[in-house]
Amino acid sequence: MEWASWSEFWNMGGYGFYVWGSYGVTAACIAVEVYLLKRAAGDTRRRLKRMQQWEEQ
Amino acid sequence: MHRFLLAVLRRDLTLAARRRGDWLIAQFFFVMVASLFPLGVGPEPEMLARIGPGVLWVAATLASLLSLSRLFADDHHDGSLEHMVLSPEPTVLLVLGKSLAHWLIYGIPLLLIAPVLGIQFNLSWEAIWVLEISLLLGTPILSLLGGVGAALTLGLRGGGVLLTLLILPLYVPALIFGAGAVDGVMAGTGAEAHLSLLGAFLVLSLMIAPWIAAAALRVSLE
Amino acid sequence: MNLYTYASPANFYVLAGKLVPWFAWGTGIFTVWGLYIAFFLAPTDFQQSEAYRIIFIHVPAAWMSMFIYLVMAFWGAIGLAFNTRLSFMMARALAPTGAIFTFIALWTGAWWGKPMWGAWWVWDARLTSELILLFLYVGIIALWAAIDDIKRGDRAGSLLTLIGAINVPIIYFSVKWWNTLHQGASVSLTKAPSMAATMLQGMLVLAIAAWLYTITVALIRVRRIILERERQTEWVKALLEKET
Repeated sequence: MEWASWSEFWNMGGYGFYVWGSYGVTAACIAVEVYLLKRAAGDTRRRLKRMQQWEEQ
Repeated sequence: MHRFLLAVLRRDLTLAARRRGDWLIAQFFFVMVASLFPLGVGPEPEMLARIGPGVLWVAATLASLLSLSRLFADDHHDGSLEHMVLSPEPTVLLVLGKSLAHWLIYGIPLLLIAPVLGIQFNLSWEAIWVLEISLLLGTPILSLLGGVGAALTLGLRGGGVLLTLLILPLYVPALIFGAGAVDGVMAGTGAEAHLSLLGAFLVLSLMIAPWIAAAALRVSLE
Repeated sequence: MNLYTYASPANFYVLAGKLVPWFAWGTGIFTVWGLYIAFFLAPTDFQQSEAYRIIFIHVPAAWMSMFIYLVMAFWGAIGLAFNTRLSFMMARALAPTGAIFTFIALWTGAWWGKPMWGAWWVWDARLTSELILLFLYVGIIALWAAIDDIKRGDRAGSLLTLIGAINVPIIYFSVKWWNTLHQGASVSLTKAPSMAATMLQGMLVLAIAAWLYTITVALIRVRRIILERERQTEWVKALLEKET
């Protein structure tokens, strides 16, 4: 194990800002992509269903 | 085959001669963009000579893009483009002829104006001479690659801005080798390597760009 | 049952739906494993201290950004040559993820560069080519967004991807060449330190994670594209009916 304590882990030998800045933004990018994907999938289904109902009427 | 190429060329040159305003605008744009830089960064002669080659090259790429959005647009508008693409003559030659005409109309005047701007930027005569050669080799690349962008964005809303977005990244090698040649001669390391690479890029563009532009034109007209 | 069955969007829709959970789980497992190596197994670098741990995401992201572009060019070429609808859909499904990985590579490159090189941005050959790659992705996505007609958009985007793919090596070479001539005196680029085995292992595991993630996301996206495009067909209507 490399780390003696959690605070040392977060500190990253003084480079915590850069390391967590990189990992944080990467995680945020992926989270946003997944969220948008989920929302778009729901939107598409709802829209297509509505269009179908329109056609049936 | 040659006759078709010459016919396209002659047609575009005649049309350009009738509409002199169009190509004058592109040349003035070139002069203006280049003239804004000394106002922005200050008039020190050493600095101007340092940034001059790059600024003139960037201005040349922008000026070529400004005129490229019209490469096929007018013919598309009056319907003649469709006839030319549907004719039995190969579309590649049509694209090649139009790119060549674009270079003659916009590239050659650029070559004539560039030395004057070079003097404004305090470039030595040797540097201006190399700048001319680099523009002579480089501006056809701009016309050829730009032809692809013009064909892809034909008839789209905001096509001009989109064309810039698509094609500027592809201009990067031409910009680097072109401006680098002038930098090289100013730094005393010589310009031959840059100019040969620029020449190689021109040959490659000449071999590939017309085919892709022709395919893009057919896609856009379908 | 042969492979060509899945070239039809209707069959591929079902297949992709079955595959997504597997790839999603794979992504999760490899990400956790890779991060464990990156933070707990890899030793402190004597030269770069802990800042080098950024490389564990920077390098896989940069690999993926280039790899996805090549895959897009591949699907585009297949689509143009054989007129297969599904390959164009795959190309479109991959582009946003490719752009995101390019952005991540640039971002982490800057955040690694600041403590190592003392500057957020250096006109280094790799960073500069990566930036131009991002411009290419943005251009392709903008072209797709501007063309309403599906068929024209598919082909135009693929042609642009192809000419970009021919250009990318030339751009990389030219930027590298330019970089050796203009090496700024203020910034001394440290050479990549000889890589420890655990470091390489962590990078590979996270690269596989990024690869699985890309497949997962692309499959989900391609499913949506298939639904949109096939909305007039009977199978989509039946599918939607079954859900309500």
